[in-house]
Order: sequence, then structure tokens, then C-alpha cells
Amino acid sequence: MATTQQPDYFVPAPSWWPFKGAVALFGIGLGAALLVNSVPFSWVPLAIGIAILLWMLFGWFGDVIRESEGGVYSKRVDISFRWGMGWFIFSEVMFFAAFFGTLYYLRSISVPELGNMEHKILWPDFKAMWPMSVAPNGTEPYQVMGPWGLPAWNTLILLTSGVTLTWAHWGMMENKRGQLKLGLLLTVLLGALFLGLQVYEYAHAWGDLGLTMASGVYGASFYMMTGFHGMHVFIGALMLAVMYFRSVKGHFTAEHHFAFEAAAWYWHFVDVVWLILFVFVYWL
Amino acid sequence: MKKRASWSFAALALGTSLSALADYKLNLQTPVTKLGEEVYDLHTFLLVICSVIFVVVFGAMFYSIFKHRKAAGHKAANFHESTTVEIVWTIIPALILVAMAWPATKVIIAQKDTRGADMTIKVTGYQWKWGYDYLDEGISFHSRLATPQEQYENYEGQKPVRNADYMLEVDNPVVVPVGKRVRLLLTANDVIHSWWVPAFAVKQDAIPGYIRDTWFKAEKEGVYRGQCVELCGKDHGFMPIVVNVVSQEKYDAWVGEQKKLMAANQDDPNKVWTLPEMVARGQKVYDSNCAICHQANGKGQGAFPALDGSKMVVGPKADQVHLLLKGKGAMPAWEKTLSDTEIAAAITFTRNSWGNKTGELIQPAEIKAARSM
Amino acid sequence: MTTTVHTPDHAHGDDHHDHHPHGLTRWLAATNHKDIGTLYMWFAFIMFLTGGVMALCIRAELFSPGLQFVRPELFNQFTTLHGLIMVFGAIMPAFTGLANWMIPLMIGAPDMAFARMNNWSFWLLPPAALLLMISFAVPGGAAAAGWTLYAPLSTQMGMGMDLTIFAIHIMGISSIMGAINIITTILNMRAPGMTMMKMPMFVWTSLITAYLLIAVMPVLAGAVTMVLTDRHFGTSFFNAAGGGDPVLYQHIFWFFGHPEVYIMALPAFGVVSQVIPTFARKTLFGYHSMVYATSSIAILSFMVWAHHMYSVGMPVTAQLFFMYATTLIAVPTGVKVFNWIATMWKGSMTFETPMLFAIGFVCLFTMGGFSGVVLSIAAVDIQLHDTYYVVAHFHYVLVAGALFSLFAAVYYWLPKWTGFMYSETRGKIHFWWSMIAFNVTFFPMHFLGLAGMPRRIPDYAVQFTEFNALASVGAFAFGIAQIYFLFAVLLPTIRGGAGPAPAKPWEGGNTLEWEVPSPAPFHTWEQPPSRELVDKLAAQQQLH
Ligand code: HEA
Ligand code: HEA
Ligand code: HEC
Ligand code: CUA
Ligand SMILES: [Cu+2]
Repeated sequence: MATTQQPDYFVPAPSWWPFKGAVALFGIGLGAALLVNSVPFSWVPLAIGIAILLWMLFGWFGDVIRESEGGVYSKRVDISFRWGMGWFIFSEVMFFAAFFGTLYYLRSISVPELGNMEHKILWPDFKAMWPMSVAPNGTEPYQVMGPWGLPAWNTLILLTSGVTLTWAHWGMMENKRGQLKLGLLLTVLLGALFLGLQVYEYAHAWGDLGLTMASGVYGASFYMMTGFHGMHVFIGALMLAVMYFRSVKGHFTAEHHFAFEAAAWYWHFVDVVWLILFVFVYWL
Repeated sequence: MKKRASWSFAALALGTSLSALADYKLNLQTPVTKLGEEVYDLHTFLLVICSVIFVVVFGAMFYSIFKHRKAAGHKAANFHESTTVEIVWTIIPALILVAMAWPATKVIIAQKDTRGADMTIKVTGYQWKWGYDYLDEGISFHSRLATPQEQYENYEGQKPVRNADYMLEVDNPVVVPVGKRVRLLLTANDVIHSWWVPAFAVKQDAIPGYIRDTWFKAEKEGVYRGQCVELCGKDHGFMPIVVNVVSQEKYDAWVGEQKKLMAANQDDPNKVWTLPEMVARGQKVYDSNCAICHQANGKGQGAFPALDGSKMVVGPKADQVHLLLKGKGAMPAWEKTLSDTEIAAAITFTRNSWGNKTGELIQPAEIKAARSM
Repeated sequence: MTTTVHTPDHAHGDDHHDHHPHGLTRWLAATNHKDIGTLYMWFAFIMFLTGGVMALCIRAELFSPGLQFVRPELFNQFTTLHGLIMVFGAIMPAFTGLANWMIPLMIGAPDMAFARMNNWSFWLLPPAALLLMISFAVPGGAAAAGWTLYAPLSTQMGMGMDLTIFAIHIMGISSIMGAINIITTILNMRAPGMTMMKMPMFVWTSLITAYLLIAVMPVLAGAVTMVLTDRHFGTSFFNAAGGGDPVLYQHIFWFFGHPEVYIMALPAFGVVSQVIPTFARKTLFGYHSMVYATSSIAILSFMVWAHHMYSVGMPVTAQLFFMYATTLIAVPTGVKVFNWIATMWKGSMTFETPMLFAIGFVCLFTMGGFSGVVLSIAAVDIQLHDTYYVVAHFHYVLVAGALFSLFAAVYYWLPKWTGFMYSETRGKIHFWWSMIAFNVTFFPMHFLGLAGMPRRIPDYAVQFTEFNALASVGAFAFGIAQIYFLFAVLLPTIRGGAGPAPAKPWEGGNTLEWEVPSPAPFHTWEQPPSRELVDKLAAQQQLH
């Protein structure tokens, strides 16, 4: 890969953003730890932390965008960004893998075990099944989520959003700026629609079906996994929204648009997670 | 008088700790089960193999360090790889490992085979004591550290005497007949504990909400000691295990005694108690269940709140009944562990002790009613 | 590869190399891999002392039977925080710091790939450490569930546990970003001519370690997140009453935890693979098989996690599978040990302090490896699990392993970092003193474990008294040796030590970092090393 004629590398000047980001996470960590223990005024460090974090994100990415548009990023820097984003997404894959592993363990190992003969001494009335609609300690029964209503629509929405995003990318490659902007806008809107439906579904499940985080491991894993996924959709949609505004401002060229691609990679990753989720959380 | 007692204690302690020295200091404890012996031998086998490899490998290294020094005028040779030796020193260790894992496999399969038991004991880990239920005999009891608190809690002042069984003595030991295959069913009430008696080579975690089993067959009469070996909170270091292995006759006698004792301790659930009776009963319940956290003086300690003057204890009783039944955070739920009478007694006691003077009396029937809510 | 380096001086048109930012900006806003590496190293050392003081509190309490100084809860807090701080605060940051300092120098890159993110990786650590320390002051005290934070004990704790959970999240973010940086730098920024198979061994081990980090830190984050929701949001992942399982936590934790111990071991292997050839004046024996062995260890490390859980009551087949897989790891690790010895064989050895620590490492790490093999045999582990035998095992691989290799690295590269030689006599005193005190501390723990002393207990039966007393004495002696290192070696060297160091202080060194002056200037390899230089050094290392 290393050829003799090397393009430039870029080493940035000292920057205060990372330090501010560290202060921000300190505030968030401290505030959150106090908040979950209902300590009065714990929202103060939390809010300050979040504010600083937002400030940092704007400032830091602002610098990066200026540098990028200023043309200081060489081909080699671009490759670095690609490796960086790729491995970041891999770390996210492992994060979700932990939860899918958990789901597997609960369904195939712990719940059946609690319902077997030996465990009748401890949980005489528990019948193992999945999706579990009553926990071993006999909490209120609740209804489980079926796949073929909203979730199926949501699957369709996310799949479509993948298509519109690719269409936007084609627009970028062929210098059709209108197509680029429209594609991005549609994708973001589809993402927002997905989130809206998800919120609606939660309200329905929590309120009408009695399915809460405390409804045994079925409820716990349901909210944990769809919740983290939803959070990632939100972040991905934000990224794409930024890309939309940047393309409106005339950023990116057909050759040079890794920020857009990174956001697109992320979006596709979120898509794939949903598909697996749909199969294992809702369907099977 | 006191002094003489402590002197003789010291002499005893010295004597026993010396014999303990001879017994088990550098190696595993002397096993009294067949499996224990196999584990013991397996460990010796592993130790020997590892020592031999160590001597050979580091013999070579120190030879080289001695011979191939620059100070000794040695010039560096110029070789840097050899596929042959790489293959050799991949294969030989692999073979050695097979030789180690093979005998181990047999022992593991035997350890895991819990069939054919002569008797079954259910063991429950509590913070911080062990509960034993003899499923065939219907005997149940709790087993706690017998070493008095002042013997180990010497933050200041003179050191009390400690005998050889300091930290390893309990009030109610497990009793089992010699030469019988005993199956243990383990579970826990709050967090994970682990039941370990080194002489039996038995170690099994007790997991709350789950049943795990293991077994042993002690071949020799005697008193065998162990400890909880899974970190289970504040007093993890203070929940020992004692197993008395006795002859069948002694065992049968012990069973008879226990049954009588249990019958005598039965509370009549419909009895209506008077306040002094209930406080006296509550004192016992409190000392054996609550004092470990909330302290005998009711002042609490660290994360454990004081009950003396507590808002909850002097406030409406329904809240306290609910808390005792259901627990909260590190406060255990007592609904499965204590009877209606015992819970009622504990509550009555806390509401009428130290500075708390509510004069309220809680009857077992009230607890029964609260349970069914 | 010419580099645009955006420094303030640059803006003023004065492009002198060694003008660097000053004052707070230099350290808090750093984008220079050397400065950030230095920050990492100092942070790690301070955390090592902090964790060490906790270890001394533990050892003081265990000097004799009875409760002397601390209450049982506080004792458990010390044990927990000692483990967490040493692992996440001392050893891991120290290796990341080394990687920061050395990788760009060793592969001929101008800096790390993402210089600003690099700074964030570092600056996230002090807040995380602060959260951990604050937790001692909150009601209920710090986390006391052991560094493994097993549920459901960890769902019982007070607020300290939540602070610990968020601290772990922050340290996890830091590690992942650090790892992404290392991987990208190595894959994308090598000098012309430096193929993967010509990279110095330390670069290889850092690369593989970084992969391990990216794969397992998110899993740990998932595990502690579930503890958090079990604690506060009513979920029951680790609670049978809702269908969950405490053992599930252990599976997730050790899926992280076992690779984690190799995260602390592989870079150590890398350091030793640099040091031994240098002082044996002979190239590393079996470079290729070293690379393959390291990779095999990394891959195997994902398949052995349940050897920490032999006593939870797994099915016999699982027990056997994990036992076989675990013993297998001894094979590639053995290959590494044999290759080091073959490197020394027929060399022309001298024994400066880095070499002493490296030899000490090989010897004692192997002893720790052997006790690991004994533990891996499930039938025997039933007797040894959660006893001091395990404590002995992992201090042999972590203190005499990871920590000793870090000392070797510091002595080895100190001339390059500071521009001054350390005092060889004092370095040797530090080594021998540490070596002896270490063994006095931890060797007796094998006996304690065999005889039946459980770990994580503040008080013990009287037959364990003598060895505990011995271990406590050793621990204090070992601690004093580290204070000696700080005041008699490290600080004096920074102030001039035994005189200025040449660019290449060690006769045998033939990797790229010795081609830049000592101390290494603020910016290095803005022009990548020439193809000829890279090829020449590769030829000296007999790499082709
Ligand atoms: C740097 C860290 C590190 C390293 C490298 C290792 C390496 C190994 N560890 Fe260790 N281990 C820990 C850190 C580490 N460990 C920690 C921190 C714990 C406790 C965690 C806790 O509970 O808090 C632990 C616990 C632990 C346990 C659980 C014990 C218990 O709790 O019951 C086991 C069991 O299998 C184990 C095994 C091994 C094995 C087989 C290796 C192997 O990799 C060792 C391989 C090396 C060699 C074998 C030596 C060289 C080889 C040769 C010279 C070849 C010839 C040899 C033979 C043929 C035998 N370790
Ligand atoms: C990662 C590396 C690492 C390192 C380097 C160490 C270093 C040491 N460890 Fe650690 N230890 C662990 C990792 C490590 N440990 C882990 C993971 C556990 C398990 C935790 C658990 O069970 O959850 C553990 C547990 C553990 C225990 C068992 C506790 C228990 O079960 O209750 C003990 C007991 O002796 C111990 C002792 C020591 C000692 C004496 C050192 C010494 O090497 C320390 C030497 C350093 C010093 C002594 C510092 C010097 C400083 C001073 C003298 C003060 C000067 C002050 C100023 C300058 C201000 N450790
Ligand atoms: C394992 C330790 C432990 C044991 C044993 C224990 N408790 Fe508690 N108890 C606690 C903790 C911890 C709390 C605080 C719970 C919380 O608020 O999170 C508590 C709270 C209480 C309170 C409420 C105090 C207040 O002011 O809020 C009462 C009353 C109480 N316990 C009574 C008892 C009684 C009676 C027993 C014995 C039958 C008992 N406890 C046994 C740990 C324990
Ligand atoms: Cu019970 Cu430890
Ligand atoms: Cu391991």
C-alpha cells in the first residue's frame, strides 16, 4: 500500500475541544449517577455536561468541516477516516452483540431452566415459554408484541430509507445535487417517521398491554434492545440531517464526501440491526 | 480467674495451631473423600510436570545467560529462525497438555455425576449464614459463625485470644453419616454464595433463584471445616461451614434430637400474644437475623440504617410490615425465610426497644393478612 | 509523505521544529503523540500508586487475624477499587501511553492518525478516575462487589456502584477510541517499505491488543448497563424472579474479562520482544511464529471465558470444552517463551536494567502461566477457585508480568524520552529489590490458597497467620521499591540523570525510534524515513 510518492498527512494544531468533552462527560457521569439515586439538583451537573458536550460537538465537527472544505485532508487522511469509522461501527456491533447474546441466553437457557422439574421447589407455578407473559415470581400477566402490525411497517420504512439514501448517494456521484438533497431529506423523514411509530408502539405496549421494563426478562430485553436501537436511529438521523444541511450549503464533491459516506455506513448498520431485531425480538 | 482461663486458652491455641501447621500448610488439606484424593493426586501430578518443565526451560535460559554473556566474551551467533524447532516446541507442549487433561476429564465426569444419592440436603446461602434442610428427615436449621464478635472486632485495645477454630466454628453444624453418598441442592436467598469444604473437594456456588447440585461421600468420621468462597457482601468472611461426619448410630440419634427440638420450637400461628411475650420472642429473632446489619443496639452501621428512632419504625406499621416482607436494596425480603410469628415478633421488638416506645403490638394474624394482599 | 503540521508557530510562518505550544495549552489541548503519551504514562503511574496504597491497606489489615484497621465493608471497597484502578487506571493506560509514544516513532509516522481524538481518549481517564475516587465519599461508600462487579451483589450496593458504572462507561469510550487510533495509525501510516511483516514486534502486539479492545470493551459496557437498569429501572436480567440469571452476568463479564487479561499481557510480550534482542545483540528468533502465536492467543482468548466459572455448576460438556480450550492457550504462549530463550541463546548478552526486568518477566510470567494451567484443569480449580492461589496466579502474570514489562519499557526508552541516561546502579537496585519483595509478597499466597484461605476476606483463621504476615511485609517492601524508583530513578533522570543520552544508547537497537535524536524532538518523521533506511533496518533484523 505504501508507495514512494506520498501525499500529505495532516496533524492538527492544539485543540481544546477534547478537554471540554472530558469535562462534559464528567458532568454527565456524575449527574447521571446522582440522578438515578434521586439526589436533589443532580440534574445540574447533568445539564451542564450535556450543554458542554453539544458545544463540543458543534465546535469540533465545525473545525473538521472547515478543514475538510479547506482542502487540507489528503487521500491518506481520507483512508484513515475510513478505517476509523469502520472500526467504530465494529465496536457498535459488539455492543449489540452483548444484548443479542443476552437474549439468546435468556430464551434458550435461563427461562427453560427456571421452568424445569428441579426448579419446581423454588418456582412451583412457573411455566417456561417464550415470549414469556408471566415472570417466575408471578407478576401481573402482560401481552407480548407481535411482529405483523407496526413492527412490519417499521421494517418497511427502514428498508425504504436505505433505498432513498443510496439514491442520494448516486445523486452525489453524478453531481445531481437536487437528487442528493431530496434523497437525504427523505431518508431523514423516514427515520423520523420510524421513531414516531416506535414511540407510539411503546405507549401502546406500556399503557395498553401492560408490558413494562419490569415485566420480567421479556419486557426488559424488549425495551433494552429496541430502546438502544431507537437511540442509534436517532443519532444516525441527526448525522444525516447534518449531511443534508451541508449539502444545502454546497459542501461535498463527487470525489470527496467521506462524511456523507460515514453517515450512510452508520445508517445501513442501524438498518441491519433492526432486521435482526425484527426477526429475534418480534418474530421468532 | 479470667487471666488463667485466657492463658490456658493461649496454650490450647498454640498447640492446635502447631498441629494445624503440620496438617495443612503448604499443600491441599488431607482429603477424606475418594474424589478429594483424586483431586489431590491430580494437583501433585500437575505440580510435578510444571516443575520439571520449569527446571528444563529455565535451566537452558540460565545456562545461556551464564555462557553467552558479552562479559564472558561471547560473540552473537547469526541464526534467527527454524521451522523445525518451532514445530517441535508446539507439538511437545500440546502432548503434555493432553496428558494433563486426560486424567482430569475422568475426575470431572465423576464430580458432576450426582446420581445414586443416599440422602439429600438443601443448602441455602443467606447474608450471612447458611440454612440447611434435610429433605428426607424434615429437619431445618440455620448455621452461623460462633466466634463472638468481640473476638475479631478489635479495632482498638488488647487482642483477645483466638483458638484454632477461630472464624471456623458455627453454632449448628451439619451432621452426616459416614460412608453415605450425600447430595446437596444449593440455592441462595439474596446474592451468590459458595459452599466449600476443602477436605471433601466440594465447591459449588449457591445462586439465588436457581438450584445447583453436587455431592460427596465422606469416608472418615471427623469435623470438617470450610468457608463461603463467593464474595457476598460485608460479612462474606464470616460465614463458615462445619460438617460433622459421624457414625450411622450417632447420626440417627442426632436426627431424633433435632426433630424433638423442632417440635418444641414450633409457634402456634393462631396464638394471640401479649406485648412482653412478643418483645421477648422478637429479641431472639432480632439477634439472630437483624443485628448483623442493624446492630444489637439498633444504631445501624455504614449503609445499614439505624432502627433506633427510625421514622419508619415509629411511623405507620403497614410500611414496616411491607418492607420486611418484600425487602429493598440490601435489606432482604423475609417473607420466605421467617414465619408470621417471627416477623410479627421482630417488628414488635423494634417498635418497643431502645428509644422506640410505641407500645404497639403486632399479631401474627396481621402479617398473615398482609401476605395475602 | 510530507506532513502539514498545524501549529501556532506555523501560522506565524516560523516553521522551526522544536517550537511547541507552552503552558496549559501544551498539555490540556495536546495533539502531539509524545505529549499525550507522556500524559498517559504519568497518569498510569499515579494510579498505580493510588491502587498500591489500597493494596497496602489490604495487606496491613491482613497482617494478623482479627479486624485491625478497617471495617469489612471498607475492606471490600479497597479490594474492589484496587482491582479496578490497577486494571483500568494503571496497566491499560500505561500500555496505551507506550503505544502513543512509540508506534509513530517505530513505524515512521508523523503522529497518531487522529491526533485530537487521541487527546480525548486521554482526557477521559482523569474524570473516570475522579468518579471512582468520589465514590468513597458518597453514602454507602464505594463499590464493594469485587472488580468483577458480580450481580446480584452489585445490584444491592449504594450510589458508589452507579458512579463506578459510569466511570467504566467513560473508560470504555476512552479505550475504544484509543484502540481505533492505534489500528488506523498502524494500518495506514507506516513508512514506505515497512510492510506488516517488517513491523517491530511491539507494534504487532499493540495492533492485536487494539482489536481485542474494540471487540470486548463494548461488551463490558453492555454488562454494566444491564446492572444499572436492574438497579434502577426494574429490569430483571440478573434476577431469577423475572426470568433472568445471575450467571448470565458472569458469562458476559468474562467474555470481556478473559480477553482483557490478554489486553494486559500482549503489549508486555511486545515490549519484551524489543528488549531481549537488543541486549542479546541478536535478532528476534522466530519473528513469524511470534506473530502467529500472538494472533492465536488473541483468537483463543474468546473461547475460554468460562474457566472463571467452573464452580457455578455448568453442564459437564461445557466444563470440559472450556478446560480443553484454556489449556490450549499454553501452547502459543509457550512458543513465545521458547522464542525469547532462543533469542538469548548464543547471543552476546549484557544485563542493563531493561534486560533484567525482561528476564525477570520471562521467568516469573511463566510461573504465573503454570499456576494458570493448574487452575485451568477444572477438577483442580474446584479446590482453588476464589482462594489466594488465584490471587497468587494473577499477580504473577500482572505484577511480575505486565508491570515488570512496563518497567523494562520505561528503562529502555527513558533515554529517548528525556534525552538523559538513568543511573544504571539505581536501576539495578530497583530491579533486585522489586524482584525479591515481589516474591516474598506473592509466593506464599500459593500456599495460603492451597491450604484453604478464600480471597476477598478481611479476617482469617489462625493457621494462615505466618504466610499472611510475610506477604504483608513483602508488600510494604515492594511499595517502598516503587517510591525509590520515583525519587531515585525517574525524577533524577528527567533532571539530567547520568548525563545526556546518544540517539542510540543501546548497541543492539535497530528499530526506527533509535534513528531520531534523543530526546525525540517534538515533531518526528514529518518526512518519512527513507526507503533505504527502512530496508537497512529490516535487513539488520533479518526480516524479509
Ligand atoms: C496478564 C494477565 C493474565 C494472564 C496472561 C493469564 C494467563 C492464564 N490464566 Fe489467568 N487470570 C488472570 C490474569 C491472567 N491470566 C486474572 C486477573 C485472573 C483472576 C480474575 C479474578 O477472578 O479476579 C485469572 C484467573 C484465571 C483462572 C480462574 C481461576 C479461578 O478463579 O478459579 C484460570 C483458570 O483456568 C486462569 C488460567 C490462565 C491460563 C491457563 C493462562 C495462560 O495464558 C498461561 C499460559 C502460559 C504458560 C503455560 C507459561 C509458558 C508456557 C510454556 C513454558 C510452555 C510449556 C507449558 C506447558 C506444557 C504447561 N486464570
Ligand atoms: C493489574 C495489576 C495489579 C497490580 C499491579 C497489583 C498490585 C498489588 N496487589 Fe493486587 N489485585 C489486582 C490487580 C493488581 N494488583 C486485581 C485485579 C485484584 C482482584 C480484586 C478483586 O478481588 O476484586 C487484586 C487483589 C489483590 C489482593 C487480594 C485482595 C482480596 O482478595 O481481598 C491483594 C492482597 O494481598 C493484592 C495485593 C497487591 C499488592 C501488595 C500489590 C503491589 O504490587 C502494589 C505495589 C505498589 C505500591 C505499594 C504503591 C507504592 C506507594 C506507596 C508506598 C505510597 C506512597 C504514597 C505517595 C507517594 C503519595 N491485590
Ligand atoms: C443484609 C443486611 C440486613 C439485614 C439482615 C436486615 N436489614 Fe433491615 N435494612 C437493611 C438495609 C440496607 C436497609 C435500608 C434499605 C433502603 O432504604 O434501601 C434496611 C432498612 C430497614 C428498615 C427501614 C429503616 C428506615 O429508617 O428506613 C427497617 C425497619 C428494617 N430494615 C428492619 C429490619 C429487621 C426487623 C430485620 C430482621 C428481621 C432486618 N432489618 C434485617 C439491611 C438489613
Ligand atoms: Cu456468603 Cu460469601
Ligand atoms: Cu481467564
